[in-house]
Amino acid sequence: MKNSRFTRRGVLKTGAIGGAGLALPQYLRADGHAGFTNAPQGDTVKIGFNVPQTGPYAEEGLDELRAQELAVEHLNGMGDGGMLNTFSEKNLDGTGILGKKVEFVTGDTQTKSDVARASAQQMIEREGVIMVNGGSSSGVAIAVQGLCQEAGIIFMAGLTHSNDTTGKDRKANGFRHFFNGYMSGAALGPVLEAEYGNERQAYHLTADYTWGWTQQESIQTATEALGWGTVQNVLTPVGAGDFSSYIAPILNSGADTLILNHYGGDMVNSLSQAVQFGLRDRQVNGKDFQIIVPLYSELMAAGAGENIKGVFGSMNWNWQLQDEGTAAFTRSFGEKYGFPPSGAAHTCYVQTLLYADAVTRAGTFNPCGVAEALEGFEFDGLGNGPTLYRADDHQCFKDVLVMKGAENPTNAFDTLEIVEVTPRAQVEYPQDHPMFAGGDLGSCNPGA
Amino acid sequence: MIGLNKKDFGLFLIVCFMALAAPILLNPFPVDSAMSDFNAGYPALMQKFAIFGIVVIGFNILFGLTGYLSFGHAAFLGAGSYAAVWMYKLLSFNVIFAIPASIIVAGLLSVVIGHISLRRSGIYFSILTLAFAQMSYALAYSVLTPITNGETGLQVYNNDPQVLMGEGALAEPHLFGLNLNNLTKVQVGGWEFTFEVGYYLCAIFLILAFYMSIRIFRSPFGMMLRAIKSNQNRLNYTGVSPKPYTLAAFIISGLYAGLAGGLMAAMDPLTGAERMFWTESGEIVLMSILGGVGTLIGPILGAGAIEYMSAIVSAITSADLKSWFGWLPDWLETIVIYVLYPFVGKGWHLTLGVVFMLVVIFLPGGLVEGGQRIGKLFSRKKPATAPGGSATPAE
Repeated sequence: MKNSRFTRRGVLKTGAIGGAGLALPQYLRADGHAGFTNAPQGDTVKIGFNVPQTGPYAEEGLDELRAQELAVEHLNGMGDGGMLNTFSEKNLDGTGILGKKVEFVTGDTQTKSDVARASAQQMIEREGVIMVNGGSSSGVAIAVQGLCQEAGIIFMAGLTHSNDTTGKDRKANGFRHFFNGYMSGAALGPVLEAEYGNERQAYHLTADYTWGWTQQESIQTATEALGWGTVQNVLTPVGAGDFSSYIAPILNSGADTLILNHYGGDMVNSLSQAVQFGLRDRQVNGKDFQIIVPLYSELMAAGAGENIKGVFGSMNWNWQLQDEGTAAFTRSFGEKYGFPPSGAAHTCYVQTLLYADAVTRAGTFNPCGVAEALEGFEFDGLGNGPTLYRADDHQCFKDVLVMKGAENPTNAFDTLEIVEVTPRAQVEYPQDHPMFAGGDLGSCNPGA
Repeated sequence: MIGLNKKDFGLFLIVCFMALAAPILLNPFPVDSAMSDFNAGYPALMQKFAIFGIVVIGFNILFGLTGYLSFGHAAFLGAGSYAAVWMYKLLSFNVIFAIPASIIVAGLLSVVIGHISLRRSGIYFSILTLAFAQMSYALAYSVLTPITNGETGLQVYNNDPQVLMGEGALAEPHLFGLNLNNLTKVQVGGWEFTFEVGYYLCAIFLILAFYMSIRIFRSPFGMMLRAIKSNQNRLNYTGVSPKPYTLAAFIISGLYAGLAGGLMAAMDPLTGAERMFWTESGEIVLMSILGGVGTLIGPILGAGAIEYMSAIVSAITSADLKSWFGWLPDWLETIVIYVLYPFVGKGWHLTLGVVFMLVVIFLPGGLVEGGQRIGKLFSRKKPATAPGGSATPAE
């Protein structure tokens, strides 16, 4: 007997497989191109907050996160609205962004460029965020800004003070509200001249990465313009912990001023150790030895305690300012968390609002539309007075604060006092200034 | 077939299938389901699976076969990445230049480090490699700043020479114009699968790396390496010098790490000194032991398990825990969350530690041994002698 080729089982099998194969294309469809990466679907939009939650800048990062959560609450119409009420643009009405409720995801950069990029990449690919906000550490900000440029996502830089972020490393998809090293130098110069005269010898301790390098260059240029000498510039690793081996040589260097280009936990340690070494009690060249910390924050002041008294520095914003926007933000932050916000928190909060407003004005989440809405944008009511987002390099221009460690603080929070509000005109510079040269925005990238 | 015996060919086919179908296999849960947080099929993570798979396969040729435990393989990875980024800066974004350069640079570095470190064995060898890796890290971090750009990390600028890059060429890593970031999302019912060019480049290299490793395991050279592990003195007495073999194994594993470093830079054209830090080297050792030292497929499993935990477990928040255990009575929910919380999110290293301890104590042969035990439970055959190339306990 000859076996039939067609067994019942065989026919059923083939039929089932063939049918499934034919039906498959009905289910398959390539993702429709919305024209840009992570176009929001449904009635929510997701943004990513990428901040250091561990490492030397963790304090600042955690404060940024608090402010970012507050910004999301305000955008979604919860709480008292904060700066939405004082912002010069009135497009945001507490219904989210373009009617979509705002959700957020957070990531820990650990103050490391590699980790920060991995974290941002995860946010973009896995969580589908439309914008990344964050920083703390310019190295991280520059790294993530580059990633966002490639991925076609808007990056709203948080705490990043290096000249390079909007200088050599500027990117079309990246925007910075925070001020920079050049502005600190330009603001501090006149105050230092009035306080300490024209004949000082400065010794720099500098964090060994882009921020430290560019801030040191800026401050050296500003002080040398006053007639000061520069004895030496010593680079120190980030997160060193112990700076005593760097401080001991200062004693016999002939310098009468120490400039600490350090930030966060590093600055708290180096300043405290400099004071322990008795630097501030010394007399050199017939003058009292002085310490300057060009970039200040409340969190550092709190960490350094007594040691900060009388030390000069600069800030982007301080909660003690008297304008309406500052008052509104400080009130809602204080009510939620029980203490006033830091400058880092302010800049991240403002960046989130600015992004939301730009999307609303552009009428789209497309990064190119948002970038166009932000370029050359002038606004007010966000705590810094009239501010311009310059189109040439995506840097904000606004007044800069010169601060001093309070001699007699009345409570735990007013450890710093405002010495001078340096007007915007004094800290402006052409976009091709030598310290910022070599950069090229390129063109905006909307991604897929 | 293709120089493999039947069993190895089967294993090779399994690895090919896993690597090529990963975007589907790793996304078992529909996008909208509660379990979708456990999906691992997104490009950044899959790339890591493949890249670390390659590193550990190479590491396993050294550690698994010769028993020399190197604590410095991250140095080769980092050196490979730097070489690749420099190729982007000098020539063009085509990875056809970057990847060979990364392999060559890592190879040269491994000749130097291997030549010196292999003068000693055992713990002294481990410490020497660790010392070299930390020296490389310190050099990259601060001393060689003009080459490595220090803490900021090396990246490509618009004013770099890029002599081979034509007008209007892609400003991202590509392979002859094929952008590695290109991806296609395919939706099947509630599922969504992402197929990315970059991942498939990594997957192809993973398959090649795996094939090479099988051939090395089965070659006379591989036999010699095993002889070194089992009794070096005996080799010396028979008049064979082990040094050329160990050095060759060391260089091969360095080449693998360099390839992985180059692939990392191909996925993301930026590199930093952190890639060379000793914890990264330690992670490679962990992956190797977790998967199963001296086995063929163990390295891939180990790399996958650790990368999965570092990406997925670390992303679980207290809010997620609340939503999973919301159905429990309040008091019980509080206790469960209190107990579990330290193990997720930032505490994922605790989970890793527990898993690692369990594996080392109960499955000294790594995950592969676990697989074999399960296999034996269900096999009809009487447990035969372990086939060649299977688990050899970790030392």
